[in-house]
Amino acid sequence: MDRTSLSRRNFLGLTAGAGAAAALAACGSSGPGTSNGGSGSGAATYWYLSGAPGEQVRTATVNRFNKANPNTKVTGTTFQNDAYKTKIKTAIGAGQAPTIIWGWGGGGLKSYVDAGQVEDLTDWFNQNAAVKDRLFPSSFGAATINGKIYAMPAETVQPIVMFYDKRAFDKIKAQVPQTWGDVMALVPKFNAAGIAPFSLGGQSRWTNMMWLEFFFDRLGGPDVFQAVFNGEKNAWSNPLAIQGLKMAQDLVKANGFIKGFSSITADSNADQALLYTGKAAMMLHGTWTYGNMKTAGKDFVTGGHLGYMNFPSIDGGKGDPSDTVGNPGQYLSISSKATAAQKDTAKKFFSTAVLSDEEVTDWINTGAVPIVKGSDAKLASSADADFLKFVYQTASQAKVFAQSWDQAMSPTAAEKLLDNIAQLFQLTITPEKFADNMNQVIGQ
Amino acid sequence: MTALAPPVVSQRRSPSQGGGRSGPVTWMALPALIVFVAFAVIPLLGVLALSFTQWDGIGQIHPAGLNSWKRVLTDPALPHELWVTFLIMALSWLVQTPMSMLIGVFLAGHQRYREILAALYFIPLLLSSAALAITYKALLDPNFGLGAGLKIGFLVQDWLGKGSLALGVIIFVVSWQFIPFHSLLYQAGVRQIPVQLYEAAQLDGAGRVRQFFSITLPQLKYTIVTSTTLILVGSVTLFDLIFVLTEGGPGDATRNLALDMYKRGFQANLMGPASAIAVILVLLGLAVALLLRRLGGGSQSESQLEGF
Repeated sequence: MDRTSLSRRNFLGLTAGAGAAAALAACGSSGPGTSNGGSGSGAATYWYLSGAPGEQVRTATVNRFNKANPNTKVTGTTFQNDAYKTKIKTAIGAGQAPTIIWGWGGGGLKSYVDAGQVEDLTDWFNQNAAVKDRLFPSSFGAATINGKIYAMPAETVQPIVMFYDKRAFDKIKAQVPQTWGDVMALVPKFNAAGIAPFSLGGQSRWTNMMWLEFFFDRLGGPDVFQAVFNGEKNAWSNPLAIQGLKMAQDLVKANGFIKGFSSITADSNADQALLYTGKAAMMLHGTWTYGNMKTAGKDFVTGGHLGYMNFPSIDGGKGDPSDTVGNPGQYLSISSKATAAQKDTAKKFFSTAVLSDEEVTDWINTGAVPIVKGSDAKLASSADADFLKFVYQTASQAKVFAQSWDQAMSPTAAEKLLDNIAQLFQLTITPEKFADNMNQVIGQ
Repeated sequence: MTALAPPVVSQRRSPSQGGGRSGPVTWMALPALIVFVAFAVIPLLGVLALSFTQWDGIGQIHPAGLNSWKRVLTDPALPHELWVTFLIMALSWLVQTPMSMLIGVFLAGHQRYREILAALYFIPLLLSSAALAITYKALLDPNFGLGAGLKIGFLVQDWLGKGSLALGVIIFVVSWQFIPFHSLLYQAGVRQIPVQLYEAAQLDGAGRVRQFFSITLPQLKYTIVTSTTLILVGSVTLFDLIFVLTEGGPGDATRNLALDMYKRGFQANLMGPASAIAVILVLLGLAVALLLRRLGGGSQSESQLEGF
């Protein structure tokens, strides 16, 4: 008909041509041999988390290693916490993983192991027993999948503890709570004084989860969640689990959390700011927040206003009040896609730079306890000796040191869990509905 | 991300012009077509293929038949997500269209300081969505935000922590960002309207309001269709603002399809179901665009000015 418009055959021909051209272009850029960047020199890459104070310590370690090994350098790249979780998965899936993969161990590490993306380090640890033996034995749990070690535990032990502002307690002339009953009695008192009882960065979701972790443990001990983790049918419908979920909602209903908690993120440290600016009286959070509260909170920490304690016991609960949850360590894995030279560099980095004496001192100076045996001896001389001893005792005396749920579970189950936790705290689903939703994904 | 759909160039024009120019015209389209096929068609086919597989984004890809589709289509959260997606589409259109039309008509006039105002109106469009979202998040913070800082009681709301408020905030920020762009479209549209029409109307005694409704509005028909298409298709895939402002929260109050796709794919490692949602999104966007072309009536490239 009209000859100016593309005829169908012309169009198809053109499309096929374009497709072929695109395919050719793709082949050109992703052919074999592109992965050994750095011209096979053994230069390793390392991705880790940004944010004070950890970033500075990690960067200093990398710099020290590079100074000592100018021919086999480690190139570090930093990422923000929540962004990193997505970025690292995408990179590993695309075959673009860094040589050294920073992580939390547990379920996330297992998904890399299942895909054959990380190196088995069991033999290396057997040959280098000195590296293994100086670390906390409890830190290897989350690095061990099916009896094999796939990551080197690193950095610090981070239990989750109850922080509080002593000034707020002075203001309402109250004592620090010993039991959950005390806590609930304090809630209306703080609200009446215009202070939010608890700070919470609820948009981050795992912040809400910490509450459930403690409710479950204090009510029924570690078995309640272990049943979920082991994939037992209807494990979330355990009456103690339902009770724990209900306690969380009761606290929300009693205005236990700061107004607007569901739009506050933990990544921005806004939840800590609420505590040190006196807007909230208490905060359940990981011990990693101490360093930032000290540097950002003016005289809040240095002036002795910060108090801390383990999560209180619940009357009639079966759990041991010494139990804690959190991060038993952080984890460094080696990408199985890296070249042999890069892997050697990474192993050298593990044995000579990670948790070296200098790094141990650096961590202690940030107000954290490294997972190195005997580091408590060094704590006393630190400016934060009291806090560090408290962390060391909480971690080492805990009958059970459970890994955070979302780190222990598979990413699929963890996402479902966090999604339901957000709705539970929003009061849009009941504890029973929560249990129903979660029972469906048990064992997935 | 607001995807700006490329304008569809219709080639249907008087056949007599054609002659032997078929070859060059065809091959001139090749560079654009290569890019389009490489970055749109091939990934799209890839996504379609992935929606019939099981893949965690890291390991091996296993064929899984219709499992992902069943999982997505039977998910009790799907109706809610479709509803949120629709609400964002409808509300953004309702807010943006009248506002941008009025601003566009104003900017097309010859008032004093018009150019300075036009430049000011244009500023939001220059900012990235992520930066905007972070700024608004800080301003709206109930404890450290604008309201708390200036001690204005009305502004101290849990803006992003209550479902309906959070959705309102998202609509507001999207509109604030994109009204300048659509104003620009309307401004150009109004400038195309022949002055003779207004002169004739004035002679007939039509007032300003009457002129607007009887001349400007009908003459802007195709501009409205274009702008509406961009708004609706753009809001189907709105992601960045929501992701930074609320991450779909509180609970699932602002979780639209695009956000669910991301969460399933990159947070829950379920690439199969995420791809299924991506296919649904593509179909939804295509359906909206096609429907609007039909409603627009005939070929949009036909000028209304014919006869002048």
